[in-house]
Amino acid sequence: MSDHEQVTGVGAYVVVFLALMVLTSLTVGAAFVDLGPFNDVVALAIAFTKATLVVLIFMHVRHASRLTKITVVAGFLWLLILFGITLTDYFSRGFLG
Amino acid sequence: MSAEPTGRTHYLNADYGVKSWLLTIDHKRIAILYLISITVFFALGGLMAVLMRLELATPVGDMVQPDTYNRLFTMHGVLMVFFFLLPSIPAVLGNFLLPLMIGAKDLAFPKINLASWYIYSIGGLFTLWSMLHGGVDTGWTFYTPFSTAFSNTYVISTAVGVFITGFSSILTGLNFIVTIHRMRAPGLTWFRLPLFVWAHYATSLVMVLGTPVLAITIFLLGLERLFHIGIFDPALGGDPVLFQPMGWVYSHPAVYILVLPSMGVVSEIVTAFSRKRIFGYKFVAYASVAIAVLGFLVWGHHMFVSSQSPYAGVIFSFLSMLVAVPSAIKVFNWTATLYEGSISWDTPMLYALGFIGLFTIGGLTGVMLATLGIDIHVHDTYFVVAHFHYIMVGGALMGYLGGMHFWWPKITGRMYPIFWSKLSALVIFIGFNLTFLPQFLLGYLGMPRRYHAYPEDFQVLNVMSSAGASILGIGYLIPLVYFIWSMRYGKRAEDNPWDAFGLEWETSSPPPTHNFLETPTVSLEAYDYADREEKRRAAEVSASGAVEPG
Repeated sequence: MSDHEQVTGVGAYVVVFLALMVLTSLTVGAAFVDLGPFNDVVALAIAFTKATLVVLIFMHVRHASRLTKITVVAGFLWLLILFGITLTDYFSRGFLG
Repeated sequence: MSAEPTGRTHYLNADYGVKSWLLTIDHKRIAILYLISITVFFALGGLMAVLMRLELATPVGDMVQPDTYNRLFTMHGVLMVFFFLLPSIPAVLGNFLLPLMIGAKDLAFPKINLASWYIYSIGGLFTLWSMLHGGVDTGWTFYTPFSTAFSNTYVISTAVGVFITGFSSILTGLNFIVTIHRMRAPGLTWFRLPLFVWAHYATSLVMVLGTPVLAITIFLLGLERLFHIGIFDPALGGDPVLFQPMGWVYSHPAVYILVLPSMGVVSEIVTAFSRKRIFGYKFVAYASVAIAVLGFLVWGHHMFVSSQSPYAGVIFSFLSMLVAVPSAIKVFNWTATLYEGSISWDTPMLYALGFIGLFTIGGLTGVMLATLGIDIHVHDTYFVVAHFHYIMVGGALMGYLGGMHFWWPKITGRMYPIFWSKLSALVIFIGFNLTFLPQFLLGYLGMPRRYHAYPEDFQVLNVMSSAGASILGIGYLIPLVYFIWSMRYGKRAEDNPWDAFGLEWETSSPPPTHNFLETPTVSLEAYDYADREEKRRAAEVSASGAVEPG
């Protein structure tokens, strides 16, 4: 870590920790409500928010250099591409009957 | 290698004895250790190929048993891919040249560099042990369910060898990435880097990101074979086809680990022997990165006929053809560099031109194979064998030999015999084409790969191929002999025998242990031969002006 990076205060960690706990309870709570296919969407949206908080605050990416930021974004984009083209196979296997 | 009579100390005579080599952390000495090791594996892999081609000279299986033949082609593939081609240019030429080219004293992590050679050697010993105990017969790809449930050969010990060796590749890649980011000489910006360095940067990304997938795949294979944990075997609840995307997510990018460094070598040679700045520097640099990235998205083209959805096949077909774009950019830019260049036909240039021609054939047949209809017709035939040998041997190996001939004076401080080296380039080019062109025809006519016997109709083409392989074998022996000969008897090389551009040519041949007596500063663009000439002339004028009175 270079010298000019800002240091995140303890307060921010506590807030994020509480936010993660609240979001976890929300996930559990949402599981008991029948939203049809949207149950998955809600659960994934909450998970995405939690992961973003962890990456930005706990993993210090918010104050990291632009090179680190671009590496993180590229990593997620890459995962998306790999999932995407794997699913082209998975979803279209039944098309021919 | 004998000591210099002038008494100049360099990395070869700085220290003597086995210990000074086995415990060295000098990147140049580690490169030599790699050179010796990969040459041994190349010779063994080549021997397997000779035995195969001898068997295939007649239609009936009359020399080796079918099982032996299966082991021959498997061990040939395993040795050549994992123990020769993958480390060839990066671990030998890359190790030797990267610090020299960027004006650094060594790689970022010299001890990790030495560790990578030991890891490679341990992996190699596992594989050699398996070979001596009877080898393995699964094909170099270790396809399941054969490798997990049916093969009764040394699958695990060979796989462990490959698994271990993978880590040496990861460490080399990591070392290169950090070195290129952190240790460039003052003035050496990213777009002044030699294209050899760009190619190695792209290669290192593939090594670091792709090789762990190979490790995971082999690990899962071992779990199932040893402990019957159901991953690939349907009887245990697994999926046998799962192995293929996992294997090819590494193994296809691995092809680019082989060929990208070779492209870097060709960029250096083509500019040096055309006396010109490369045409479209940035395009060639970015093309390396594009090939590395796209290489990860094409695994499905190995699965067109193995239960992958045809719709996914269409997407993978398209993605595979995309790889042809950056590859073609490189070929066109090398050709454009030659245009109006001041070309000299030295040995490295002969190899580089051979590379361009053979790689183009390999690449274009790759586009044919990426086409769904053609692939279904020629799948698992000799057409595929010929295609990937044009890439791996015609491409990667020609580049390696071109690079060895280009930098040999720098590595050893000695010149090799010109006549014999040009002859070897010619013999290899002819032998290679005679071996593999007939295989395209055989494959198109329907001869499947991996059989030790075939119908009589195919004999003429097979005999041509076997004859070519003999010529090719002689072609490889010639450089081996004169390289070894030159270390003692070769003419002493100048610091820059080709008058080439680049920091590695500015230090002495062979270089001192810490490469440069003073850290160099870079003020010119890469391959700026015209500007260098101008500066030289200006320096001559001012030097002659200085002695004039007045």
